[in-house]
Amino acid sequence: MTEESPNRALHDIGGIARFRCTPVEHDEAPPDAFGKKVDAIRQILAQKKMMTVDELRRGIESIPEDEYFALGYYERWLRSIAALMVEKGVIRQEDLA
Amino acid sequence: MAAPPSGASLALLDKLVAALNARGLVNEAEIAERQAITDRASPEIGARMVARAWTDPDYYALLMRDGKAAAEAMGASMAGAPELGVLENTPKQHHLVVCTLCSCYPRALLGYPPGWYKSFAYRSRAVREPRAVLAEWGTQLADDVEIRVVDSTADYRWMVLPMRPAGTEGWSEEKLAAIVTRDALVGVAVPRAA
Amino acid sequence: MSAAPETAAPRFAPGTRVRVKDDWPETRGPCHIRTPHYVRGRMGQVVRPLGAFPNPEDLAFARPAPRRQLYHVLFDQPPIWDEGKAGDTVMVEIFEHWLEEA
Repeated sequence: MTEESPNRALHDIGGIARFRCTPVEHDEAPPDAFGKKVDAIRQILAQKKMMTVDELRRGIESIPEDEYFALGYYERWLRSIAALMVEKGVIRQEDLA
Repeated sequence: MAAPPSGASLALLDKLVAALNARGLVNEAEIAERQAITDRASPEIGARMVARAWTDPDYYALLMRDGKAAAEAMGASMAGAPELGVLENTPKQHHLVVCTLCSCYPRALLGYPPGWYKSFAYRSRAVREPRAVLAEWGTQLADDVEIRVVDSTADYRWMVLPMRPAGTEGWSEEKLAAIVTRDALVGVAVPRAA
Repeated sequence: MSAAPETAAPRFAPGTRVRVKDDWPETRGPCHIRTPHYVRGRMGQVVRPLGAFPNPEDLAFARPAPRRQLYHVLFDQPPIWDEGKAGDTVMVEIFEHWLEEA
């Protein structure tokens, strides 16, 4: 793979040149309180059949590129969950303003 | 260390919880309960599964046949979790697990994935230069060992069954479990008898 | 494994040489797919069928999701990246509708 496909989606990052020279930071810390709360909300909404993990991923994958790489892991989850709940009419956009 | 969430994200979380709570969908007690369940999952159960598989042929057979059942037999809470597949290392083959598309991880068994597993660098590099990534962990494999990278893309979650190191003959299951780290269950490290 | 009940028997047996479709739904609008970019158009070998699972491409949009056969497919590393050690491989879960007999 000398050339990366221009069609590749943002999140589909296996082997891409961008991270070739980035050492893997050995970050062992558990999620912070924010991350654990977002994680728990996702599990509860999934359990209540209000969203699937595939919908969560689709929402994460549709975050614009500059934000995708700037946001933290659970921040991306939160953005996706909030957008999904609005998309499904569970809550209103105004609730989040 | 990951950067802390922005003020905007903290505010968004509060508003989301309030909006869901107002509709009777999610409350703080449920969140705390769910978090407590997630906090209980830990690599220790995975380590005990490996130690049992090293010492009990029947358990080894169960582990290779049905990972979820084998996890439940050791006390893990696997209800509603995806399938658990087990990748057995051999003298000629070493497995390394990554999720290049997101961060699929056997979390029902091992708990929250560590930061590095979710990092862009690990997701991107493990699949292309696994030996360089292993070297960053101080893990050197013999030249005749083939690496099989497992990209966790769909409905299974994968756990590595590492090889039992030499020098552990006669060890108790408990002592064996103590040398099986979370990193060994992902494949970035191998257990040592030291 | 205790995979979900299957709707149709797997089309590919272990050992079958397969090619991943060189298809890029990303270019045709919103989608969610679980076939990594680096195996598209690549030749691989079926390791084993893993069972049938609801198609994530539908689940992601809350559409009815028929079950599709899922396989573990094995690829040699060096041809994918033009580098790496001979004998090293990558194994990927791929749904049947992404595979054709090579």
